[in-house]
Amino acid sequence: MSDLQSQDYVRRSATTMTPPMARSHEDQVAKLIDVSRCIGCKACQSACMEWNDLRPEIGHFEGSYENPMDLGPSVWTLMKFNEYENEQGNLEWLIRKDGCMHCEDPGCLKACPAPGAIVQYANGIVDFISDKCIGCGYCVKGCPFDIPRISKTDHKAYKCTLCSDRVTVGLEPACVKACPTGAIMFGSKTDMTHWAGERIEDLKSRGFENAGLYDPPEVQGTHVMYVLHHADRPSLYSGLPDEPRISPVVQAWKGILKPLAVIGIAAAALAGFFHWVTVGPNEVQDEDEAEADRAMREVEEEEKSP
Amino acid sequence: MAMTRREFIKFTGLGLTASSLGLLGFGAAGVAQAAAVRPFKLTHATETRNTCTYCSVACGILIYSMGDRAKNAVSNIIHIEGDPDHPVNRGTLCPKGSALLDIVHAPTRLKAPRYREPGSAEFKEVSWDFALDRIARLIKDDRDKHFQTTNANGTTVNRWTSVGMLAASASSSETAFLTWKVARSLGMVVFDNQARV
Repeated sequence: MSDLQSQDYVRRSATTMTPPMARSHEDQVAKLIDVSRCIGCKACQSACMEWNDLRPEIGHFEGSYENPMDLGPSVWTLMKFNEYENEQGNLEWLIRKDGCMHCEDPGCLKACPAPGAIVQYANGIVDFISDKCIGCGYCVKGCPFDIPRISKTDHKAYKCTLCSDRVTVGLEPACVKACPTGAIMFGSKTDMTHWAGERIEDLKSRGFENAGLYDPPEVQGTHVMYVLHHADRPSLYSGLPDEPRISPVVQAWKGILKPLAVIGIAAAALAGFFHWVTVGPNEVQDEDEAEADRAMREVEEEEKSP
Repeated sequence: MAMTRREFIKFTGLGLTASSLGLLGFGAAGVAQAAAVRPFKLTHATETRNTCTYCSVACGILIYSMGDRAKNAVSNIIHIEGDPDHPVNRGTLCPKGSALLDIVHAPTRLKAPRYREPGSAEFKEVSWDFALDRIARLIKDDRDKHFQTTNANGTTVNRWTSVGMLAASASSSETAFLTWKVARSLGMVVFDNQARV
């Protein structure tokens, strides 16, 4: 049976409290995608679909190496290709494996109104709990990386789980295992950051002076990190956000408006209660009854007369 | 239980308020949740080592099939991934290898020898016995007719040039050794293998 239980949740959607953590010493995990070693073979895509039993509909050639053209409820990871002409006039083929970044501060979880539909485990994985999902699509709006997709079949949100079912039993995610060039690595967040440091040093020695790690502080870091040769311009890599931010609408709605609304509702209830205590219920007086009888009679007479 | 209209409305209102407050986040969040992660599907699956069917790199694969091979359980392949102990790929696989499961279950997968008779436009399924007998017969006839024992200078040779053979790429060393012995002992010189690439 699974090892990940409510005690392992560090965050839970639409919940002001998280369950107490009895076991607090779990290592944080991370997936490191070294863009400079990726050859765009899509083994990760194949392995992801195979392990997770996903078979998206076979589409048509759209004039791009991307296949299919976008992430979907059954496409949890996707190779994105960008042809970039650098300052020296040389073509650089920038290939990036797109998918959930497993943010430390997940926008999807913040935006989600269904209690427990999105959770974050102590190891950092952000997971969608489908049977609690109500299919509202707020997570799509909340995600700074545009990752979740709503299924048209069952109207629930889907995205990469970082193979939580494999990680739970001590295995690496399917994409990591398949990668033939070692461009995708998996381990503790500390080890992955260290590994990335070595790679970046190597890239810098080969003339990529802007090489660096993509672990955006705007979402308090991610559990899927990239080694980029142009870390100063992440947007070169098929729209990887330079500064990923949770939408201000979500921030305002969940951060300010919701507490205010709760206070408003509570104040209205309280006012109602005190009104009932001080003024009391609206009693029916004799003259009211008489007035009502008169009105009834009038109506009855009107109905009879024509 | 007798209830006046007013009481009924009061209770309904109370229930509505309570449930609204629960939805607004005042609920008992510590309520134990069932384990949420998808159960690991390979716990008791049978693991079989094999070689990837595709190219000459010959990656090691682990084939997982459901059931523990008990008498009444019919095995069915449910998952294939790289063999981490195999020196060639150390657990990795290419996109084709990663998708092997769908090759195994493909409705178009070739499962028996097929034979197109001379002059016929269609393949028909035949038995292995028929196929092997037919191949052996044709090989024997052709070799008897064209086998050369001496070359132009009169030197003794072991040479059969009129028939060639393409051997499988994903062969183990042992299979490759036997294939080589069979082909060369017949005197076959036109002999190739994708594993040479």
